[in-house]
Amino acid sequence: MRHLLSIEDLSREEISGILDRAAFFAQVADRRIKKVPSFRGRLVINLFYEASTRTRSSFELAAKRLSADVLNVVSTGSSVEKGESLRDTVATLSAYGPDAIVIRSPSAGAPGLVAGWTHAGVVNAGDGKHQHPTQALLDLYTLRERLGTLEGRSIWIVGDVLHSRVARSCVQAFTAMGARVTVAGPPTLVPGDLAALGCEVRHTLDGIGEADVVYALRLQLERMSESYLPSLREYAANYQIDARRLSSHQLLMHPGPVNRGVELSGEVIDSPQALITDQVRAGVVVRMAVLFEVLAGVHALQAAAPELAGVAEPQVA
Amino acid sequence: MSLLVAAPGPPAELLLREAHVLDPRAGLDGAHDVLIRKGVIVELAAPGSAKAPAGVESIEASGKHLFPAFVDPHVHLRTPGQQHKESLETGTRAAAAGGYCAIVAMPNTSPAVDDPTLLRGLIASAREQARIRVGFMAALSVGLGGEQLTEMAQLREAGAVGFTDDGKPVSSAGLLRRALQYQRLCGGVIALHEEDATLSHRGAMHEGAVSATLGLAGIPSISESTMIARDALIAAHEGGRVHFQHLSARSSVEVLAHAKASGAALSAEVCPHHLLLTDEAVRSLDTNFKMNPPLRSEDDRAALVDALRDGTIDCIATDHAPHSRDEKAVPFEEAPMGTTGLETAFAALYSGLVAPGTLTLACLVTRLSDGAAVLELPTPTITPGAEANVCLIDLAASWRVGEAGYESRSANCCFAGRELSARTLLTVAAGQLAYRAPVFATSVG
Repeated sequence: MRHLLSIEDLSREEISGILDRAAFFAQVADRRIKKVPSFRGRLVINLFYEASTRTRSSFELAAKRLSADVLNVVSTGSSVEKGESLRDTVATLSAYGPDAIVIRSPSAGAPGLVAGWTHAGVVNAGDGKHQHPTQALLDLYTLRERLGTLEGRSIWIVGDVLHSRVARSCVQAFTAMGARVTVAGPPTLVPGDLAALGCEVRHTLDGIGEADVVYALRLQLERMSESYLPSLREYAANYQIDARRLSSHQLLMHPGPVNRGVELSGEVIDSPQALITDQVRAGVVVRMAVLFEVLAGVHALQAAAPELAGVAEPQVA
Repeated sequence: MSLLVAAPGPPAELLLREAHVLDPRAGLDGAHDVLIRKGVIVELAAPGSAKAPAGVESIEASGKHLFPAFVDPHVHLRTPGQQHKESLETGTRAAAAGGYCAIVAMPNTSPAVDDPTLLRGLIASAREQARIRVGFMAALSVGLGGEQLTEMAQLREAGAVGFTDDGKPVSSAGLLRRALQYQRLCGGVIALHEEDATLSHRGAMHEGAVSATLGLAGIPSISESTMIARDALIAAHEGGRVHFQHLSARSSVEVLAHAKASGAALSAEVCPHHLLLTDEAVRSLDTNFKMNPPLRSEDDRAALVDALRDGTIDCIATDHAPHSRDEKAVPFEEAPMGTTGLETAFAALYSGLVAPGTLTLACLVTRLSDGAAVLELPTPTITPGAEANVCLIDLAASWRVGEAGYESRSANCCFAGRELSARTLLTVAAGQLAYRAPVFATSVG
């Protein structure tokens, strides 16, 4: 795999391959020495234009577990405010000869642009409201551990789907693996056009009992000031997943961080049905698997055509 | 053409032999020898019958088409203030290469053209630099701020073709009403960029299935059509003359047709990109497909083509909007809105609409210069005694957009990389030779 920009770019077989490799790395994670020497001396750059705790830290940990060197570049504000364009920043960082660049950007399509400007493999760690493919893969991994196959399962994604890159990637990933996906939330945040993603669109939680998995999204508090919602209280009354709405046979997921008492009640967060910490744990091994694929892809390219791979060829240790 | 100016040059002395002359307004559709002396069309002779007088260049134009040159009521020449994108010289050169003899520049420059002295200076520069005739719209409100009327009467005296805050809507209905009342004093068409900013709010593309899939904020069609409905009623109430710019949606066409039927003095334009492309193109996140109004659905596109054909939409405008490479080489949401269009308008529309039989060649050629009458400017005509404003085009020649570069200073063209039919061979504007294709061989008689 050369880059991971979008879930759409992956076939069902490729997704399974990544999950299998993640399962292997999960075994390594239980060992006393949690590192594998695969990519010693390789360089992974984390380029983050948005605040992130769990995604950035899990990518960093994943790269370190693969024995790669990691450089974290964190920048807030747009490139315009900063005065250096994304293109110039990427050119600068590429001069260090990275093998992979992990990028998070507030703008849709930024990872695709970066892929055109560097010899490194590019991993999308979230671009605008567009895609967050590694989140969807770690969610798939978490569900596979619990349910085995997703074939024929029903998954409901509840909340602010309109502004959610997690939802877009998850709908595509879940349906690719054979699940039926329903998105539900207020009409202002769940427009009918979302059916184009290949899911059913609903505006109430009536019928949520049929779901095998309930996936709640984080509600950004600025949605109130933009008149998408009248109040948190009204949102919670209609859409909060609580013990009343979640039955004991259903699994509960959330990409984090959770607004306790808004999209989820405290009791369901702490219930045994909640997979939220499993998702975090899966984050490291799945990102190891993704980096493995991308670094192996870059390595294959360098071996086949060193001149195309630029100056990134590292010394063999 | 007192409101339009061009740099002086030697008048054209040309004999175009056996050209297929198509000027539907003049009732011409057939082969003629066309003689141009001192920049004036002096004779339309039977094909092969005319001989080039001494000093007149003879051009074999058999199988090529000669049209009245095109007039674009809506371009951005980025002057003053943003000449890194375009200048009067490069913009008019691009227009000549596209077969245009006259273009009208928008006032959303830096600073905006909202002051008579600034406008006079701009017109003086055009007299030195413009390859073809260029006219200037003045701002409707000071600094395009939407609050205070410009000195419309003095701007007209200084040479303003009309008034517009293009790039921005006139959000205040009250301000538009005052401008229309003032129009009785000073004349000049009021051209409107229709957009309700509370509906288009931070949108980057058309609101629909594609925006939902990409996670880009959408600009709904109603942000345009509701404003057209409002402003058509205000124009009718005041008996004012309003031109609606760059229509993009079926609902806008429907509102316009209804308003025109009730007798209001309204006109409208449509851009080649809205006639040929849809929001599907944005899936690539290529910033050359980011423009305002945005590319909309196939249903909208088809409605625009029908409206152009039946005359509900009066004319074609390119909304030629150059941006530098660096400005467009950013993620989609951060990129400025706009595509260039002068060099590709005819070829793209011919290839996309005329060649497949959707639109007649006569309709396309007419609509490409109907913008002149819309802005109360003279319409080019191929008639003995008329000043020569013609373009010679080879419909059979194909070319790849951008392959040989652009005359424009900018390259942000939504048709870049496309294989198109129809090449401009020659443009005569204001009686002067304004463009000749590099490959086009000639013989001097």
